[in-house]
Amino acid sequence: MADTSHGTGGLTFDTTKRSWPNEMNILLALIIIIVIFEILGQILPYMNDQSFLFDTRGRFDTIFNEARLKIIILQVSIIGIIALGVSQVIITAGIDLSSGPLVAATAMIAMSFGQTELVNGNPNPKALFGVWAMDLPVLVPIIVGLTFGAMIGAINGTFIAYFRIPPFIATLGMFLILRGIALWWSGGRPVSFPTESYKFIGSGMMPVVWFLSLAAIFHLILRYTVYGKHTYAIGSNEEAARMSGINVRRHKVLVYMVASMLAAFAGVVLSAKASTAQAGMGEFYELFAIAMAVIGGISLTGGRGSIIGTVLGAMVLGVIRSGFTFVKLDGSYQLMAMGGIIIAAVILDQYRQRNRA
Amino acid sequence: MSDNVVLRTQALTKHYGGVHALQSANFEMKKGEHVAIMGDNGAGKSTFVRQITGVEQRTSGNVWLYGEEVNFAGPLDAREAGIETVFQTLALADDLDVPDNLFLGREKTFADWLGPFRILDYKGMRKATMAGLEKTGVKIPNIRNTIQNMSGGQRQCVAIARTATFHSRLTIMDEPTAALGVQETGQVENIIRTLKEQGEPLILVSHNMRQVMDLVDRIIVFRRGRICANLKKEETDGQDVVAYITGAKTQPEYEESAT
Ligand SMILES: Nc1ncnc2c1ncn2[C@@H]1O[C@H](COP(=O)(O)OP(=O)(O)O)[C@@H](O)[C@H]1O
Ligand SMILES: [Mg+2]
Repeated sequence: MADTSHGTGGLTFDTTKRSWPNEMNILLALIIIIVIFEILGQILPYMNDQSFLFDTRGRFDTIFNEARLKIIILQVSIIGIIALGVSQVIITAGIDLSSGPLVAATAMIAMSFGQTELVNGNPNPKALFGVWAMDLPVLVPIIVGLTFGAMIGAINGTFIAYFRIPPFIATLGMFLILRGIALWWSGGRPVSFPTESYKFIGSGMMPVVWFLSLAAIFHLILRYTVYGKHTYAIGSNEEAARMSGINVRRHKVLVYMVASMLAAFAGVVLSAKASTAQAGMGEFYELFAIAMAVIGGISLTGGRGSIIGTVLGAMVLGVIRSGFTFVKLDGSYQLMAMGGIIIAAVILDQYRQRNRA
Repeated sequence: MSDNVVLRTQALTKHYGGVHALQSANFEMKKGEHVAIMGDNGAGKSTFVRQITGVEQRTSGNVWLYGEEVNFAGPLDAREAGIETVFQTLALADDLDVPDNLFLGREKTFADWLGPFRILDYKGMRKATMAGLEKTGVKIPNIRNTIQNMSGGQRQCVAIARTATFHSRLTIMDEPTAALGVQETGQVENIIRTLKEQGEPLILVSHNMRQVMDLVDRIIVFRRGRICANLKKEETDGQDVVAYITGAKTQPEYEESAT
C-alpha cells in the first residue's frame, strides 16, 4: 500500500482512489463474451456467417436480433428474481441454498389456490381442493405464496441469527424439507389448470417485467434505505454493526425473509408461465441464482456488490447459454463453461480483495 | 450527589464465567474532567469500558450518568444517553464511506413510517460529517471514499470524528493511539486537546505515560480487575504510576480490595 502519511500529518487521503466501479468490469466481460460468439458465428465453418447479436435478415425494426435478446433475458428472469434475494443474503456474508425447492413448494401451494373450476366445461381434473378454492381472485394465490415464503425465510433467519446455525447448514436442511413439502402437498401429483389471471403473471414477457422492476426496486432499497445500509454493514463487519447499535439478528431475519419472498414469487411466476406446478420444479435454481450473484460481483465474504451487478451477472449466464445454443454446442458444454466462469469470478473477487488493502 | 458528576460507578463487577475481569469498581468523574485509565494488559480496562457503554451486561453494581441511574440494554442506549465511545477494536465497516460509518446505527432519515425501509438523508449526513471533522480538526479530502484503503491513523481519526459529530456528554477512548505512528498519535492527541478546550469530559484508556501526563487531569490505575489508585496528575509522576501498575504500591483506601 502507498504510504500517504509522510509530511502531511498522516491525514491526507488519496483522492485519486475514486475507483472504477466493479459493475463496469462485468459489463465489459459481458460485451467480450458477446463479441466472442459474434466472431464464432463468422468463422465457424458450419455457421454460414450467422450473426449472434444483429439482425442480418431484416426481420425486425431494430438492427439487433430482437428475438434472441428477448429469449436471453426471458430465460434468466425467473432465476434472476431469486438472485436478487440471494444477493442480499450474500451481502450479509450468508448463503441461501433453499431457494430452488422453495420455488417448487411455493408453486404447488400457490397454484392450489389459483385453479379454475371448469376446464373445457368439465370439472378441473387436477383439482386439489373443493370448489371453495376455485376461481379465487389472483391476489389470493400470490398472497398465500408470499406468506409461505416469508414464513420459510423467517425460519431460516431465526436458525441462523438466533441459534447460530451456519447459513450453509440451516438452508441445506431447509432445502430437503421444502423438497419434501413440495412432494407431500399433493401426494406427488402436479397441480394444473390455473385461472387466466394466474397464467397472466407468467405469460409472454411478464417474467422479464417482474425481474427488471423488482431489480429496480431493490437497487433503490439497497442504496437509499436504512435496510440496505445495515445489510452492507453487517456483511462488512458484523461486530462493528452490533457495536453501532444495529439489531444484527433481527436484521438478518428480515434479509432472509426478503430473499425467500422473492424466491416464492419466482415460484408463482414459474408455475404461471408453465401453467402447472410440479414438485421437481426449480432444480438447481438456487445454484444458478448464487452463480448470477457471484458472477455479478457480490462478494461471498460479504459487504460488497450491487443489484446492478447481479442483473449483469444474470445476463452473462443468459448470453452464455444462448451463445452455446447459437454455435450448436449442447447443454453439457454449457454446464462446463458456466462452472468455469463461476470459479473464475470467485478467483477474481479474491484477487481484488487481496489487492485493495 | 450533584449533577456536577458526569459518571459514577459503584461496586461495578463483571465476571466471565470464572474470570473476575472487573471487581467492585468505584469510579467518579466531574464535568470537564479528562481522566486516564491505566493498567497492565488484562487488568480489566476494556471490560470496565464495555460495562458502562452497554456493550455487555454487568454482573453487578450500579452506574449513574449525570446523577441519573442508568441500565443500558445495548450500545445504542448508551449513545442515546450521550456516551460516545471509540472502542479498542474500532467498530468501523470497511466497505462503507466516512459518513456511513459515522452514522451507522443512527442514520438521519426521511419517511420514518417506512420502518426498516426508511430513506437515508445522505446530504444531511454529509453535512454533519463535515461539521464533525471540522470540530476535531480532521481533514479528509474525500469523505465519500470507502475506508478500506485508509491507514490506521486515518481510520482512528474517523472513529474519533464519529464521537465528535454527535453532541456527547461523555467521550470514552480505549487505547486510541496504541497502533499508531508518531505523527498520527500527535493528531489524535490534538483532537483530545480540542475536546478539553470545549469542556467535553473524556475517559482515556492508554499505556502511553507521556501522553497521559500531557493530556489528563487524573489517573485511575487498574490492577487485576480492581482499581488500586486514584492519582491527581500534579501529585504524581511516571515512576509513581508505574509502581501502582506493577503492584509495587497500592493506595491505602484501596488496600482491602486490591491484593
Ligand atoms: N469475553 C471475555 N470472555 C472471557 N474473558 C474475558 C473476556 N473479555 C475479557 N476477558 C478477560 O478479562 C480480563 C480483562 O480483560 P480486558 O478488560 O480486555 O483487559 P485490558 O483492556 O485492561 O487489557 C482478561 O483476563 C481477559 O482475558
Ligand atoms: Mg483493552
